[in-house]
Amino acid sequence: MSVPTANGSIKKYRGKWNKEQAKHLLKRTMFGAKKEDVDFFASQSLHKTIEALINTEEELPQPPLNNYNDDKYSDTEIKIGETWITAAKQTGMEIGRRRNSFKSWWLALMINQNKTIKEKMVLFWHNHFSTETSVVDNATSSYKHNVLLRQHALGNFKEMVKAITYDPCMLRYLNGNNNVKKAPDENYGRELQELFTVGKGSGSHYTEADVKAAAKVLTGFRIDAKSLSNIKGIFDAARHDETDKQFSSFYNNTIIKGRKGKDGEQELDDLLNMIFSQEEVSKFICRKLYRFFVYHSIDDNAEKNIIEPLAKTFRKKNYEIKPVLTQLFSSRHFFDDNNKGCIIKNPVDFTVGLCREYNVQFPNTNEYVDVYAFCLTLQQQTALMQQNIGDPPNVAGWPAYYQQPQYDKIWINSDTLPKRNVFTDRMINNGFARPANKKIIIDAVAFAKTLNNPSNPEDLINESINLLYMMDLPDKEKQYMKEGILLSGLQGMMSDHYWTDAWNKLTTKPDDVANKKDVTNKLKKLYKYLMNLPQYQLC
Amino acid sequence: MKRRDFLKNTAIGVALPTFLNGISLKALAGTPLMHALSNYMHDDKVLVLIQLAGGNDGLNTVIPFDQYSLYNAARTNIALPEDKVLKLNGYDATVLHPALADMQKLFNDGKLGIVQAVSYPKPNFSHFRATDIWMTASDSDKVVNTGWAGRFLNQQFPNFPNNYPNPQMPDPLAIQVGSVISSTFQGPAFTMGLAISNPSNFYNLIEGKVNVDSNTRWGEQLDYLEEMSLKTDQYADVIKKAALKITKQSDKYPAQGKNPLADQLKIVARLIAGGLKTKVYMVNTGSFDTHAKQTDDADKTIGTHANLLKRVSEAVNVFMEDLNYLQVGDRVMGMTFSEFGRRIKSNASGGTDHGAAAPVFYFGNKVKSGVIGKNPTMPTNATVNDNVAMQHDFRSLYATVLQNWFNLQPTDVQNVLNGTYPILNMV
Repeated sequence: MSVPTANGSIKKYRGKWNKEQAKHLLKRTMFGAKKEDVDFFASQSLHKTIEALINTEEELPQPPLNNYNDDKYSDTEIKIGETWITAAKQTGMEIGRRRNSFKSWWLALMINQNKTIKEKMVLFWHNHFSTETSVVDNATSSYKHNVLLRQHALGNFKEMVKAITYDPCMLRYLNGNNNVKKAPDENYGRELQELFTVGKGSGSHYTEADVKAAAKVLTGFRIDAKSLSNIKGIFDAARHDETDKQFSSFYNNTIIKGRKGKDGEQELDDLLNMIFSQEEVSKFICRKLYRFFVYHSIDDNAEKNIIEPLAKTFRKKNYEIKPVLTQLFSSRHFFDDNNKGCIIKNPVDFTVGLCREYNVQFPNTNEYVDVYAFCLTLQQQTALMQQNIGDPPNVAGWPAYYQQPQYDKIWINSDTLPKRNVFTDRMINNGFARPANKKIIIDAVAFAKTLNNPSNPEDLINESINLLYMMDLPDKEKQYMKEGILLSGLQGMMSDHYWTDAWNKLTTKPDDVANKKDVTNKLKKLYKYLMNLPQYQLC
Repeated sequence: MKRRDFLKNTAIGVALPTFLNGISLKALAGTPLMHALSNYMHDDKVLVLIQLAGGNDGLNTVIPFDQYSLYNAARTNIALPEDKVLKLNGYDATVLHPALADMQKLFNDGKLGIVQAVSYPKPNFSHFRATDIWMTASDSDKVVNTGWAGRFLNQQFPNFPNNYPNPQMPDPLAIQVGSVISSTFQGPAFTMGLAISNPSNFYNLIEGKVNVDSNTRWGEQLDYLEEMSLKTDQYADVIKKAALKITKQSDKYPAQGKNPLADQLKIVARLIAGGLKTKVYMVNTGSFDTHAKQTDDADKTIGTHANLLKRVSEAVNVFMEDLNYLQVGDRVMGMTFSEFGRRIKSNASGGTDHGAAAPVFYFGNKVKSGVIGKNPTMPTNATVNDNVAMQHDFRSLYATVLQNWFNLQPTDVQNVLNGTYPILNMV
């Protein structure tokens, strides 16, 4: 099937800036577009919005806690409510529990994200520098890897790649730890090129010999695990291959001179300088950003008029990430109508976005055991939909971002679509419960109250659609929702006031139990219906 | 698995609504078939509920002919002319609105009956609340969370939706055409019904049409999502198969779109004849909320209310004819209901305001025809406060259908309705 093209160049968008544009930008750069955020940014300019999304300084979040002591198990070292990242030891029991704690912690950060692109970028880099907690089998290390992604998420990409090379999580995951001069392990040397930098696009021609040569350069980087809490990557000169490394014509037949002793560590800079001198690195990353944030398919027009200028910016700015994002999200192309609503939400966007857009209430942070438990539930629901944060399927990340020709359609199949529907049904109907009557659930009435005119059934439906979808629905469908759901089958404009009366009674007669139940049920049906339509899958 | 466990565990099957092109089909997550169920229903009887949304003016539907002058005095501006109303064989005191010619014929053929003055103690005059009372079969002052048909189906098909569909019950338990699932079908934990939101979507489904909008990027994505919705919808397939078994229906149906109720019932007839084991169908038409100008000024036999009634009468008649043409007429019983009747005295706008009791029509080859109950008593000098007094609790009608049509044991009927109600001579 031919895919419709989108117009608009990389030039600055100077068209209307309103809620519609703000919603598009927020749905892509954050998890869901909350009404208050859309209203906030729509009242500013595109420039200020992008400035806020990309350039807001954020501190590192508080680390994850021991939420996992229970009647069957107590961490002997870390008290409940204290962070376990300082722990000096770990057994299988602790690793499993801390891993869950880590995932809950991360999911909570997404739900409570600031009005910035940070969390989306962390997920982007997680997909890019894919590692699996189940393989790494060290919660501390997985946590530190996540912190690394946060620190570099909007920084310098080249520095990020260097830091990743020292990252104990990656050293474990891609066997850099085992890469010694006697028997080089090529795993990281290969993925560094194939998946992390030059990629496998049409402009990438590195060879098997280049993989071997890179692996030799990378010999000696290993994990220093003397202290669990201070686990780190170091250069071990004794393991390093000190011979010269010859690269192919793709890299201009570069020879990286073997360096002796401690100086061997500097060969990493030689290697990265060589790799980053290839224009393909900038194009590869810009294509990946495009697929994640704009649309899955890159046609000739997008390659020439969007990717190439973005890549040029990337190189010109020495691989700083912010200028590229700024240029992309300020572009006419990004705001082209055809680029709106055309991404199938990834599962994290689906579940976290739901909680955020409906402002689902969680227990207070001091009730961290409940908060962590709810976040783990959400994380597991998301995993059922085939996106298990912390554990992507393999080093290539999720297929939705590379598997031609389906790309993001891969998220939706006969197993996952029903699971998405089960999830939204559950969130609107019963929610997820914990002991002591704690639950997370969509409060349909509270959500409707945030709308401008919920007492008018047509405004209620239009505003709800406008908040939850990127596109409108046919009038027939909206009329059906009004009459079939809100008006119990009553028809015609003349009947609208019955809804208005019932809605207003919530305030004027709050003790009218039957009315409250009726209005609540109608709103639940309405939002359940809206979330079951396929439009809700798009952002 | 206990229902409670089932609720706790979201990984497994729950009633899932998925949508194709706006068609909402409640599907069920695939769970492996286990045991045959013990007390599912062995007969093939079907109930069709026709909701007259808005509160039908019963007094201008079934007219107390024996009190014509009081009737005429109470609502002079809308009263039907004495010489235009339709007679019922064997019931001289009661006549029908002139728009109900088809129903008159059905009555006189012994295939349609009327229950007079149906309501409940302390009637409620709010559309929403009164509708809820009819659907949940609750007392006026009690809020109940389950629907009466939902409780009935839950009793007959325990553990639904766990292990459904299965060979014994491969089909939806209940189907609602033309609306979302009403509370009528709400079971203790899950809705027992599925909805076919509108007739044209139904035909798109059986013809395999997808709303192709590939000119936009989101439209192309939406096409894919809609296709996938259809594939994952276990009931979409059985509905499609049942519908495709029927290649010809009665040619008496009005053209599509002319009579929305007939459009809905045409689908119901097709699904019944196509072999669905679905027990209860619900359709709806409206809006009977005739506060103003319910008749033509000059000719009281035409106008808004007449059009609404004609639609019902015509639709029921062609539905019956089609059922018999498709040779399933003996299996089907139908019943109308409306959340309330309207006031005895008309208002100055040529309409009627929310009232209390109203008549119910029931129909089918196997029903006992006749008028059950007597005409409502027309007061002299009717005031705005005068209402038609209840003669039959609406739950008596439900009890009769459950016991005499679906052959439930009286104790089961009591359980479904949370009480004992007199059985009427309907079927």
